[in-house]
Order: sequence, then C-alpha cells, then structure tokens
Amino acid sequence: MSFEILTFSFMHRALISGIAIAILCSVVGLFLVLRRYSLFGDAIAHSSFGGIALGLLAGVYPLWTAYGVSIVSALIITRIKDKYNISGDASIAVLLSSGIAVGLVIIGFSGGFTIDIFSFLFGSILLVSVDDTILILSLTGIILIVILLLYRPLLYSTFNEEQAKVSGIPVEKINYLIVFIAGITVVTSVQLVGVLLISALFVIPNVTAIMYGKGFKQTAIISISFSVFSVVAGILVSYIFDITPAGTIVLLSIGLLGGTMGIKSAGLLSKN
Amino acid sequence: MSIVEINNLTVKYPDVKALDNVSFVVNEGDFLGIIGPNGAGKSTLFDCMLGLNSKYEGTIKFFGEDIRGSKNYLKGIGYVPQKPIFEKNFPATVNDVVRMGLRNESDNEKIDEILQQLWIHELSNRRIGELSGGQLQRVFIAKALVNNPKVLILDEPVTGIDQQSIELFYSILRELNSKQKITIIWSSHDLDAVNKLANHVACLNRTLFFHGVSEKFFSDDKLVKQYSEASMQEHMHHH
Repeated sequence: MSFEILTFSFMHRALISGIAIAILCSVVGLFLVLRRYSLFGDAIAHSSFGGIALGLLAGVYPLWTAYGVSIVSALIITRIKDKYNISGDASIAVLLSSGIAVGLVIIGFSGGFTIDIFSFLFGSILLVSVDDTILILSLTGIILIVILLLYRPLLYSTFNEEQAKVSGIPVEKINYLIVFIAGITVVTSVQLVGVLLISALFVIPNVTAIMYGKGFKQTAIISISFSVFSVVAGILVSYIFDITPAGTIVLLSIGLLGGTMGIKSAGLLSKN
Repeated sequence: MSIVEINNLTVKYPDVKALDNVSFVVNEGDFLGIIGPNGAGKSTLFDCMLGLNSKYEGTIKFFGEDIRGSKNYLKGIGYVPQKPIFEKNFPATVNDVVRMGLRNESDNEKIDEILQQLWIHELSNRRIGELSGGQLQRVFIAKALVNNPKVLILDEPVTGIDQQSIELFYSILRELNSKQKITIIWSSHDLDAVNKLANHVACLNRTLFFHGVSEKFFSDDKLVKQYSEASMQEHMHHH
C-alpha cells in the first residue's frame, strides 16, 4: 500500500469533511444519548429522506430541501409530543415512518429510484465537492460554538430537566434548540454515512466513551477520538479494499464498542 | 423581612383539591419544617413555589414580589429534590454536577469550600452514579448552595438514606441556618427531627392545620395528637 491515496484532492475533501462530521455527531449525539433520544437522529434522517426526494423531484439541490423538511418535521413532532403527551419512542416512530412514506410517494411520482437516491441512502463521502466541504466545516463550527456558549444549560437540562427549570434555565427552549441542532447535524452528515446509518455516528462512539469517561468533557473527548478514528480509518480502508465507506466506518465503531465491552467484562476498566 | 408570603393558595385537580386555601409567611432566618402525610400536598406546594406548577389560585410572593411576574426570584433559591433522578450512567463527576448549579463564572475557591463543608471534597472527581444515597444528597445540597441562596428548599430529603448520613445531614442544615443565616424550608415525615431542628412548623394536610413556632406545636400534646390522628386517617385512606 502506498500513501498515494493521501495525495488525491477528493480524499482530502473526504477526510476533512469526515473528521468535521465525526466531531459534530459525537458532541450532538452525546446529548441525545443521555436524553434517551438515541434514535432521534435516525428519525430525523428518515424524514430527511422525504426532503431529499422532494428536492430531486423539484429540481432543487436535495440537501437544501432535506434541511427544511427535517428541521420543520423534527420541531413539529417535538411540539406534538409535548402537547399530546406522546412518549419519546412513539414520537420517534411517527417521525421515522412519515419521512420514509413521504419519500417513497414522491419517488413514485418522479419515476422510481435513481443513483442520487442511493447516494443519499448509503452516503457518498468520496464525492463531496469543495462547496459541500465548506458548508460542512461552517455548520460544524457554528454548532460547536453554540454548544460551547450554552454548555451549562444544555448539560444541566440533559442531566435533570426539573432541577434545571428551578435553576431558571428555559428548558423548553433548550429542548427545541437541541432538536434544531440535531436536524442540521443529521442532514449535514448524510453525505458521510447516508440516511440509513446516521444514528450509528450519534450513538456508538458515545455509548463506548461513556464506559471510559468519568466527567462529561472527558467523555466527549473520548467519543470524538473514537469517532474520528473510525471515520478516518473507515474512509481509507474502504478505498483501499474498494468497499463501502459508510458500512466500514460503522463496523469499525462497532468494533471499538465490542473491544470496550470485552475490556470491561475482563474487569480491566475501572473509573475510580 | 419576609422571604415567602403565601396567600389563599388553592390547587384543584379534576376530582380533588390538592391544596385548599393555604396561607403562611416565612421570615428571614426561619427554619420551617413542613410536615404532613403522603398526599398532603407538600410536593404540590413546592412545585407552585418553584414555578413548576402555575395552575393555582391565590398568590405566592418571594422577597416581596409575586412570582407570576418574573422568574428572577429563583436566583435567591437553592432547591434539593426528594430523590435526584438522573441517568445512572450519566458521565458527570461530583464536580461537574455541583458546577451545573453555577449561574456566573466559576469560582473554584467557593466550590472547594462548599465541598469541604459538606464532607464531599474527596469525592469531587468520582462519577455521580457511584455515590451512596447520603453522599448524593450532600452533592445536591452543594449544588443548591453554589449561588449563595437566601433560602434553601428541601423536599423530604432523607428518604432511603442511612442513619449516619441523616445525622450528618441534619448537622449541616443546622449550621447553614444558624451560622450562614440561610432560611430553610424543609418538608419531612419525621416529627422528631422537625422538633429538634425547625424553629417553625407548618402542618399540611391539603389545608393548613397549624403554622407557627415549633415549640408551641410540640408542647401542645392535644395538637400533636390531633395532627397524628388526621395524618393516620389520611394514610389509611391512601392504602
């Protein structure tokens, strides 16, 4: 194997975008996992499928319509969940299935599945353009800054909503903000692993990191490290062996989780 | 100066009144024990006071201002919940949790001082899910204290905690009230503990059965007996 692949500009774009997405999904995913919202990313991704299909039908760049549809439907479902007291997992199921249903109907109108649809379903990180890379880096930067600025209210309301309320934190607004951020993050990340595997990036590195980390920041850093490792190694390995990057990235994450579970079972992992 | 003024507080649920025309005042420096059986409305009262339930009739004033006007009063309150609910695996250290309560820039010395005062200094880097009930409770008191509150509200905070930790907890409360002049509003099942610690008592059983100086209540056997019987009836009713 040579290091030739590292000289290709498409590989530079893939790695830079991949690392940004890995960091973003880890950080946003940690809040979702701890809020017992692990599948929320998945649900938003599925609703983005409806948005992507809409964009393809209308001849608009599909990610723009995906952003719109995902964010709006995620906010609506959150509102409905609060208003009608529907449980979190049921609301996720509603969001997930309605996104796919809308997507399928629209695809039916537009003449069936195309190569574009498949690239959104399974990711196409090696095809990201310069504009895509700039967009991914900008959104990652903005979201991370927002999270840093609102770190304490975000953490506190994730830890215990009621106490955060008593402490004067506008918990409801923070919840909507998390949903909004998750919506942007999911659609931004669709290019890396596709609609079907997106929740893996949100959940698996965080579940692994929670077994190692003591404090919140330490756990976030461990999660980011695992996620970046899986993405970089996944992109390179998949290119070398000519296999799908999305599947490779997710399998590497699962490998790290399995290894961690093994270490834990062997009693080699202690947090004290 | 009055810290809390509650006037004609009534909370109606579809088939029952959780609180019926409750009025009392808590003055600065008071140590008020609120006693009452399960279902007496203690948690409803606290929810109203803390702004978690706004569906009530009557008025609640903190520091002279009606709490319906602004949530600013919450800055002057430290709250310790009955049983802190959080994800057992939550990756937060004691230090992380105590800092969550901070409103302003972190003040390391202040936090160290509070952790020492509550005997949890050595636990500051431990994960929150690994602590015992008593340790956890002291962490939540520390979190409630980081913003120098004028008043500390504690909701039956000794449920499921060992006797030694309860004694330590009581001595901490006594010190906070007598030395740091923090007004304490504390709901409890434990009449003996209220007798020992509180200087004022409110007996709640949906209506206010008694409110006044604790000596007056506890020296009046007839009053204590009446309260105990009423509580027992309520208890039997619940079971």
